Amino acid sequence: MLRFILRRLLAGVILLFVVSSVAFLLLYLGAGDIARQILGVSATEEQVAQKTAQLGLDQPLIPRYFDWLTSAVTGDFGTSWFTSQPVVAAITSRLAVTLSLVIGTTILTAVVGTALGVWAARKRGAADRTVQIVSVLGFAIPGFLIAIFLVNVFALNLKWFKPTGFVQLGVSFPGWLSTVTLPIIALAIGAIAAIAAQIRGSVIDTMRQDWVRTLRSRGLSENRVLYKHVLRNAGGPALAVLAVQFVGLLGGAIIVEQIFAIPGLGPVATTSTAQGDVPLVMGLVVVTASIVVIVNIVIEILHGFLNPKARIS
Amino acid sequence: MSESAATPTPAVATELRAARSHLGRRLLKNPTGLTALLVLVVMILLAVFADFLAPMDPNKANIQDVLAPAGGAHPLGADSAGRDVLSRLLFATRFSIAGALWAVLIAAVIGVTSGLIAGYYQKWFESVSVWVISIIQALPGIVVLLAARAVVGPSIWLIMAVFGVILSPAFYRLTYTAVVGVRNELFVDAARVAGVGDASIIGRHILSVVRAPIIIQAALLAGIGIAVQAGLDFLGLGDTNVPTWGQMLSDAFSRMYQQPVLLVWPSLAIALTSVALVLFGNALRDELERAAGKPKKRRRGAAAYTPDASGPAPVVHAEERDDARPVLLEVNDLVVGYDQPDGTVKQVVNGVSLKVRKGEVHGLIGESGSGKTQTAWSILRLLPGGGRIVAGTVLFDGKDLAHLSEKEMTKIRGRRIAYIPQEPMSNLDPSFTIGSQLVEPMTVTLGISKAEAKKRALALLGRVGLPDPQKTFDSYPHEVSGGQAQRVLIAGAVSCEADLIIADEPTTALDVTVQAEILDLLRELQNDLHVSVLIVTHNFGVVADLCDRVSVMQHGRIVETGPARSIFAGPRHPYTKSLFDAILEDGAARGPLAHSADRHTLTEESAR
Repeated sequence: MLRFILRRLLAGVILLFVVSSVAFLLLYLGAGDIARQILGVSATEEQVAQKTAQLGLDQPLIPRYFDWLTSAVTGDFGTSWFTSQPVVAAITSRLAVTLSLVIGTTILTAVVGTALGVWAARKRGAADRTVQIVSVLGFAIPGFLIAIFLVNVFALNLKWFKPTGFVQLGVSFPGWLSTVTLPIIALAIGAIAAIAAQIRGSVIDTMRQDWVRTLRSRGLSENRVLYKHVLRNAGGPALAVLAVQFVGLLGGAIIVEQIFAIPGLGPVATTSTAQGDVPLVMGLVVVTASIVVIVNIVIEILHGFLNPKARIS
Repeated sequence: MSESAATPTPAVATELRAARSHLGRRLLKNPTGLTALLVLVVMILLAVFADFLAPMDPNKANIQDVLAPAGGAHPLGADSAGRDVLSRLLFATRFSIAGALWAVLIAAVIGVTSGLIAGYYQKWFESVSVWVISIIQALPGIVVLLAARAVVGPSIWLIMAVFGVILSPAFYRLTYTAVVGVRNELFVDAARVAGVGDASIIGRHILSVVRAPIIIQAALLAGIGIAVQAGLDFLGLGDTNVPTWGQMLSDAFSRMYQQPVLLVWPSLAIALTSVALVLFGNALRDELERAAGKPKKRRRGAAAYTPDASGPAPVVHAEERDDARPVLLEVNDLVVGYDQPDGTVKQVVNGVSLKVRKGEVHGLIGESGSGKTQTAWSILRLLPGGGRIVAGTVLFDGKDLAHLSEKEMTKIRGRRIAYIPQEPMSNLDPSFTIGSQLVEPMTVTLGISKAEAKKRALALLGRVGLPDPQKTFDSYPHEVSGGQAQRVLIAGAVSCEADLIIADEPTTALDVTVQAEILDLLRELQNDLHVSVLIVTHNFGVVADLCDRVSVMQHGRIVETGPARSIFAGPRHPYTKSLFDAILEDGAARGPLAHSADRHTLTEESAR
């Protein structure tokens, strides 16, 4: 188990290295006259040259990359070019907000998606068709469109929620819940559609397995076999879908945060890319890629827990 | 998507390809597909003729018309800069759709090309592709696009080209799977042997297989492309001189408090197009699956048979002695059928009657497809989906199981009637240890504690001849052999002290030497426990070995029944005789026999 985690972590580190290298090269090769952008049109050539030297942009790319890499390994991602705030501080203060949103959405997705999928698989008929229609709509309609719709209906018209604002999870749980309810629903609908479709399919397939008949022949009720045995076997493929959804939610949160004015990574990502704030963009790339690596490892461990054949001894 | 794997012969493949060529026509007959297609065609027409349809320049701002309501010069009103909403909407349709199609085109070119190369030639190209894909997928698409935005600037075409690269793995995987499936097929080999060049094989045989799945994938990805493009523009990262749905949405959102109606048009356009694309893709996939399923269905249809239930009465052998043992199970005129999609019922058991006495071993014998297994499952009321008892009674200990509630039936299963399946390896839940699968039913049906159940389970595992009960108890099903698994299943069947065990060909799936051991075990257990057994088999050796009484089944009904010894001494029904002849020829009887060769028989596989 430990060896498995270490091996996956090593593969993750290699992946992070490659991703950050590619991002670094592309970002610096593509960036124009950065010092000029920072200082504005009124700055003199001298000031621009001085700023360029100050940022180390007059150095060749490869040594600059190694500088960045050696600092990054120690947890120092430099400072933002535009706000002079350290990148790590700029990201960590907002990462928790985005994660609380995405993890909340993932939990809701897992619960509701599984329930809907099982319901459709069991009842078939009208229930099945309902879930399939919801799946199509959820898959097709972008989350931010749903978010705009929810704001209009539930915040502006019905006034059940505030249209914008955010309360930290640590400050007040009910406060947090009331500010993230609409964003989480907006994000979750697409993911729920995907999970429900997956669970429905794999429950139907698993119910056809021979061992389901044999377990029932031993006197176990249909529900017991379904919830204890079938669901556990059907959960593996659904977990893989959940991992993909989690990564998608991380991206979706960026747009949805904008709509609800939630101070997560979204606003940072938007402004830093529009400005071309390369250190900050690099930090964001590394942080999101790390989250993806960690999530994939966690999902694989969970998968091994569900499926003994996939377990690494 | 890999339906190509289900095309085993060139004949079927040709048929499939013919079916595919009619796919377009069939799609037009599918109401959902047709509607979706119409919506898309209208959208594309609006996009193409935007110049003629738009009343104004979409970017022309007019301060006097800021947030003008609908009507007059502005049929749909004006936005926050006083630009005409209708004109912007028409041009936005052009640029949003073009942007999405551009991304899909790039993705298709990269994905299909690399998929073809990797699938057809494999080797190093394949491993490189796997690495590149895992790098692409290490980040959420939006984050890559945001980073790309920092590099390439606000150009919609450059950004969507980058998005095309992000989407390309979807096409790669699709093509790769299809190519690997087709590559090793006979007709591709034949083409290669016939001297057809690689390019020609790819063009003729492989592209024709992946064409439809690529269109489906393209439709789904175009929907994602529209969403992502709109999302980026909504964040204000796009080119403000290019009107898109996202731009309009962003502008409308900033004026949501003053003029919320502005949100309606871009939202509607995005939602309508995305849903139409998904429905189009789904309809195409449904038609494709239907096309692939058709030849199979036809074959199955030919195998179906529905003889009338009023067949000739079975040959009944007289009892050798008056059997004073009470009857435990009495099946009367059992009819089992499967509901068909067209509303008819396909009968697989046509009026079976049989009796099993206390302590008796009753053999139910017949060739594959004669309805033995269906009879066994219907006694347990565990028929597969769509199957049900159409008529008849199943009297067990005075109760009619055919009409018992599911709740009461659950109490009968395991505790009163147990079951030993045919295929040991597929009859244990792969996710739980063998021990827990023995303990759980005992705690539920016998109401004993877990510790007590574990003690019993270990004793049972020893009793069925497993050398190391504790080790087997802790093992997962994939860690034991087929013979061991069958012993485990037998232990499970006797664990709850049932009065009747239904054994469905318990030795068929095993090696010959293991078969003999399992039969010995069954005989021993039956002697010790005095349990009644209904054993389903196609093997007269098993009957001779174990059974007191035999019923011979053919085409869903009993043709001859009586004491085993009497039937062995003088089989009377021609079918029973032919079963015996088959043993003389080549040992065990299996498959259709002489007298039924002219009749189509339902194979057990297709009945499941």
